Amino acid sequence: MIVVEILVSFFLIIGAFFALAGSIGLFRLQDFFTRLHGPTKATTLGVGSMAIASAIYFSFLKEGLSLHEVLITLFLFITAPVSAHFLAKAARHQRLHEDKDHPET
Amino acid sequence: MQGNRWIPHPLMTVALIVLWLLLNNTYSFGHILLGTLLGIMIPWFTNRFWPERPRICKRRLFLRFFFMTFVYDVVMSNINVVRLILKPDISTLQPKFIEVPLDIDDPMVISILANVISMTPGTVSSEISADHKTLIVHGLNVPDEQAAIAQIKSRYEATLKEIFTC
Repeated sequence: MIVVEILVSFFLIIGAFFALAGSIGLFRLQDFFTRLHGPTKATTLGVGSMAIASAIYFSFLKEGLSLHEVLITLFLFITAPVSAHFLAKAARHQRLHEDKDHPET
Repeated sequence: MQGNRWIPHPLMTVALIVLWLLLNNTYSFGHILLGTLLGIMIPWFTNRFWPERPRICKRRLFLRFFFMTFVYDVVMSNINVVRLILKPDISTLQPKFIEVPLDIDDPMVISILANVISMTPGTVSSEISADHKTLIVHGLNVPDEQAAIAQIKSRYEATLKEIFTC
């Protein structure tokens, strides 16, 4: 059981680290388009490894196999690029990328 | 796998059954039955929504692409982007729009390519030109534009093209 606990902690820490780094990126980056890179990053490794940790925890330490965490990752992988694409497209049509002197904050 | 009149999209049916069982987090007989019913009914009702789809011809390559190339790239570029973000002087980043000329013409394959590009951190596909010939990608740090374009084309586009060409 100690091995399982170590594995769960490992994935939780990895996930938390990447989610934190994504948020720091959102704060530090300058303009709209570079900030757009935050969501894709936080969802891939951040949420991904937290879901893995949850699946391991409930499968080994609670009752029975638990795999519906996989779905969270799956739906995020399907929806995150689409929303990022729409945000970027809308911003391009607003011509935010040509307005170099006034980066919106 | 070719569909017939009663089961137009066999893979979608299987995917829906698995999805149903995962959503309910159970493998009991009743739910398998209900899932099968849904898996057969939903493709019927949505059949007209699905245009002609490209077929996956090289299954091995497809699995290798998604479970090795894609997962490896997501992890590696995650680490890479985190290093860029946590760098003390963030103004040295060179964000830039790059225009990737497309060789593939199927809309479904193009959207798969765009999704793969968006999911790997550091690049977000932001627009496709009206004639479906150019994909505009925003890169977080692009020191060498040509190298970035060449990498996307050789690593993702060529592989996807091969997977969907019979």
